[in-house]
Amino acid sequence: MSADAEQIDASRRHFLLVATTVTGIAGAALTAVPFLASWKPSARAQALGAPVDADISKLEMGAILKVNWRGQAIYIVRRTPEMLATLKSPEVTGNLRDPESKEDQQPKYAQNENRSLKPEVLVLIGVCTHLGCAPMNRFQPQDPELGASWPGGFYCPCHGSKFDLAGRVFKDVPAPLNLKVPPYRFITDGVIQIGADAEAA
Amino acid sequence: MSSTVQGSARPTARPSRLVVLQGWIDARFPMTRLFKEHASEYYAPKNFNFWYYFGALSLVVLVLQIVTGIFLTMNYKPSAADAFASVEYIMRDVEWGWLIRYMHSTGASAFFIVVYLHMFRGLMYGSHKTPRELVWIFGMLIYLCLMAEAFFGYLLPWGNMSYWGAQVIVSLFGAIPGVGESLVEWIRGDYYISDITLNRFFALHVVALPIALIFLVIAHILALHEVGSNNPDGVEIKKVKGPDGHPVDGIPFHPYYTVKDLVGFIVFAAIFSCVVFFAPEMGGYFLEHANFEAADPLRTPEHIAPVWYFTPFYAILRAVPNKLLGVALMGAAVLLLFFVPWLDRSKVKSIRYRGWLYRSFLFAFAISFVGLGYLGMQPVSTAFTYAARIFGAIYFAFFILMPWYTKADQTRPVPDRVTYDAH
Repeated sequence: MSADAEQIDASRRHFLLVATTVTGIAGAALTAVPFLASWKPSARAQALGAPVDADISKLEMGAILKVNWRGQAIYIVRRTPEMLATLKSPEVTGNLRDPESKEDQQPKYAQNENRSLKPEVLVLIGVCTHLGCAPMNRFQPQDPELGASWPGGFYCPCHGSKFDLAGRVFKDVPAPLNLKVPPYRFITDGVIQIGADAEAA
Repeated sequence: MSSTVQGSARPTARPSRLVVLQGWIDARFPMTRLFKEHASEYYAPKNFNFWYYFGALSLVVLVLQIVTGIFLTMNYKPSAADAFASVEYIMRDVEWGWLIRYMHSTGASAFFIVVYLHMFRGLMYGSHKTPRELVWIFGMLIYLCLMAEAFFGYLLPWGNMSYWGAQVIVSLFGAIPGVGESLVEWIRGDYYISDITLNRFFALHVVALPIALIFLVIAHILALHEVGSNNPDGVEIKKVKGPDGHPVDGIPFHPYYTVKDLVGFIVFAAIFSCVVFFAPEMGGYFLEHANFEAADPLRTPEHIAPVWYFTPFYAILRAVPNKLLGVALMGAAVLLLFFVPWLDRSKVKSIRYRGWLYRSFLFAFAISFVGLGYLGMQPVSTAFTYAARIFGAIYFAFFILMPWYTKADQTRPVPDRVTYDAH
C-alpha cells in the first residue's frame, strides 16, 4: 500500500454521505406514501357515499324531513311564504355574516337568495360549520329561548351557533360559514336525489 | 462446629448458585449495573414531600391501563355494528368484566389527576429549569400522547357522546386553512365518523400510542436519572458530596423511596377502589350519561361536553367567537407549556425562595385552570362565556408575562443544602 492510499478524500466522503442520506430519505418518503394513502376513504366507503333519493311529495308546509347521506343528516324543509319572507327582511340580512352566499358553501345553482333550486324547498347538510354538531330546527319566530328578535331558523345546541331559514349563519356566533347545501337535483317534482348535481338549466 | 469454622475459613469459599447465576447474566446483560444506576445507587434528595408521590403513581396507573386494556381487547369488537354491544357484553356476561372495564375507565381519569398534580409540582419547585429542560419536554410529550390516547379510547365504546365528541374534535382540524377539509376526511377515512374511523382509532389506541408512551416514559426517566431529581428546595444536591462521592443530601432510591412510594400506592389504591366499587361513573364526570346510548350519527346529544380532563381547553375553544382563532388558542394553551423552561427567567427554582409575583401568578393560573375546567362542562351561556374569557386571559398571561414577572420577582437567597427536619 502506498502512502497515497492512506490519504482520506474528505470531500468524496462528504459527497457520498450526503448522496446516501438524500437517497435514503427519498426512499423512506416514497415508502410512507402507501401507508398514508391507506387512510383515505376506501373504494367501499366511496361506493357507500353514492347518491340517495328522498321522496318529498308528502312533506307538509313548514315541515322538515331528515335523510341520511354519507352518514350526515340532510335537512329538507318545505318553506312557507312567511318563512321565505324572512329571508329578505333587512333585520335578518343585516345580521348575517354572508347574506349573499359568497363563500363556496353551495353548488352554483343554489347560490341565490333562497339558497335552493326551487324557492320553497330548502336542502341543507345538517352539520354545523363550527364543529360538526347537528343544528336543531327552531322554525318558530320569537322562540322563548332565542329571544324576541329570532326570525326562525336553525340553532346549534353545542356552542350556540345560529342560522336563518336558508342556513345562513348569523354574526357573533362561533360558526364561521353558512350551512352547506349538498349537490342535489329533482328527479321528479316529488323526488330529490342527493349527491348528484342538477344540470345547468 | 469445627467443620463450620474450617469451612468458613477456607479462602476459596464457593459462591452460592444465585450469585453464580447473577454473574453469568451480568457477563451478558447489564442487570446489576442497571439496578444500581436506577434504584439502589440512584441518589434522590432526602427532602421529597407529598408532591413527589405522583410521578411514581403515574407509572402505576400506566401499568394498570396497559394490563386492564389488554384484557379488554380480548372481548371488545372494534366495529360500528358490534362495539357498543361488546362493551355491554363485557359489563354483563364476562366474568369480572365489569371490574376490568371500570378499572380501565376510572384509570383514565386517575391518570390525568396524578399527571396534573405531577405537572403542578414541577411548576411549583422549578423542576423544568436548567438542567431539567429535556425531562420537562419528554414529560410534555407524554402528556400530548396521553391526551391522544384518551381521545382515541373515548370513541371505542361507541356511545352517542363518544361519537359526537370524536366528531367535534376531528372537526377541529377542519379549521386549518386550505387543507382542513381534506385532512379531516383523511383522519376519518370516510365522509363521517364511521366503522372505518372506529377501526383505526382502535389500532392507534391499543398499539401505536401505548408503544410511543412507553418509549417516552423510558426517555423521561433516563433524562431524569442523568441530571438527578429536583426537590422542594430547588437545590442541586450534587453540589455537596461526601467522602464516598455520593451527595450528602441524597439517599438511595431503593429502598428508601420504593418504601415511601409503596405507602403512597396503598393510599392511592384505597381511594381508587372506592371509586371503582362505589362510584365508577362519578356522577357523569368519569363516564358521561349520554354514552349509555349507542352512537347515532343523526342525533347530537343536547349538551356535548368532553370528559373533565379536556374541559379547560374546551372552555377556551368555546369562548372565542371565531373558529380558526378558537382552535389556534386551544392548541396554544397546550403548546405553551413546552416553552416554560425558557420563559421562566428566575434565578431560583423553588417557590419557597421566589417572591409574591410568581406565587400570585401560579395561584391565579391554577384557579383559572380549574375554573375553565368547570366552565367547559356547563352549557353555553353569555355569563359563562365572559367568565371563560377572563380565566382564559389569566391562563395565557401566566405564560406570556412569565419572562417579565419571573425576572422582576424578589427572590430570597437559596441555601447550599436542602432544608430537612430529621424525624
